[in-house]
Amino acid sequence: MSLLLDIASVVAIAGGAFFFLAGTVGLLRFPDTLSRLHALTKADTLGLGLIVLGLLPTVDSVLTGAKLVAIWLLVQLAGASVAQLIARAARQDRPQGVPQDGPPP
Amino acid sequence: MTAGIAVDIGLAALVAAMALWTILVRDAYAAVIGFIGYGLLLALVWVRLDAVDVALTEAAIGGGVTGVLLLRAVGALHRGAAPLEDGPPPGPATRRIAALACAAVAAGLAFVVLGVSGPAPTLAPLAAEHLPATGLKNPVTGVLLAFRALDTLLEKVVLLLALIGIWSLSPDGAWGGRPTLGRPGRASDTLRFLAQLLPPVGIVVGIHVLWVGANAPGGAFQGGAVLAAMWILAMMAGLSPVPAIGRPWLRAALVIGPLAFLAVGVAGIFIADGFLAYPPAFAKPLILAIEAAITLSIAVTLAMMVAGPPQRPGAP
Repeated sequence: MSLLLDIASVVAIAGGAFFFLAGTVGLLRFPDTLSRLHALTKADTLGLGLIVLGLLPTVDSVLTGAKLVAIWLLVQLAGASVAQLIARAARQDRPQGVPQDGPPP
Repeated sequence: MTAGIAVDIGLAALVAAMALWTILVRDAYAAVIGFIGYGLLLALVWVRLDAVDVALTEAAIGGGVTGVLLLRAVGALHRGAAPLEDGPPPGPATRRIAALACAAVAAGLAFVVLGVSGPAPTLAPLAAEHLPATGLKNPVTGVLLAFRALDTLLEKVVLLLALIGIWSLSPDGAWGGRPTLGRPGRASDTLRFLAQLLPPVGIVVGIHVLWVGANAPGGAFQGGAVLAAMWILAMMAGLSPVPAIGRPWLRAALVIGPLAFLAVGVAGIFIADGFLAYPPAFAKPLILAIEAAITLSIAVTLAMMVAGPPQRPGAP
């Protein structure tokens, strides 16, 4: 049982690390601000979720697990809100460079 | 073990690269972003060194509050109508002298740091030995609030002086008035949403960080920084008005921490061994009371520092 849990942990954490890597590659390679934001925040939210999921079987108390989940929720909230704020600022700065996924302002 | 060393080397290289970028980049905004990243990386370094208290402070103050402060400074520079007139750019001779002076300082520092032989002298065993007398379990809080309390007291006064320095930049007509934070009445829905959702959590976290500081990493500065961030968020979103700097309650909140510290310190002359000494039976409650007062003052001071000098006259 503990071996199975360990394998699940490793798989989830490796998956999380992969999403972080993918998000970072997207941040470096995507052409415009909105796509870069998309890559960064979405992939990181999923990646951190997987890492927290992978760490949960290894914690020694319920409180520590709850803290990990709380951290994930807070990062989700911060990431999503800040992505919206930066996107808004980017659009106000450069109205002519409207990306494909947004209507012209 | 080798994996740890690899992480450390990578981290050190990143910190050095980030520091270089912050200095070399021409754009002030990019430099500030670099500085924030540098602060967060430095916090990771402190975690690797097992100094979690310092890591928390570095992340909250070095990365967080200082970052916002600098971002606002850059914003204020851009908003200014006329660019700063510095006169003609420095000539080659001035630049060479400046470069030489900087190199000399760097070389002197390197000489001192690399010249230390053997382990540096330490008072850590002595501090650990006497920690039980304070009733605390976190040695960092013990050193800050008991063994080196005078340093901590002066640090809080310095913080107040910094705020007075910022306030002294206010225009004559606005003295005693309100600072401007964010764009009043024009905050986006997203910011308002965040400012409604986050503070209840953040206030609990800030008080928790203060409370566990007696026994685990945490304390007044870290807790105060978290509380300050929540207030700044609410003010930026326009949910909470920025107070006029002449308000009596604001002034009281600013000085209550240092005043409580001083009062307990002076009382120590009569009820304990001397200035800033605690009677052993009440050491822990007194330290916690001081920390609570200091946290409030730190939170208000940091938030008002970010808010900056008052820009418009307000009812006192």
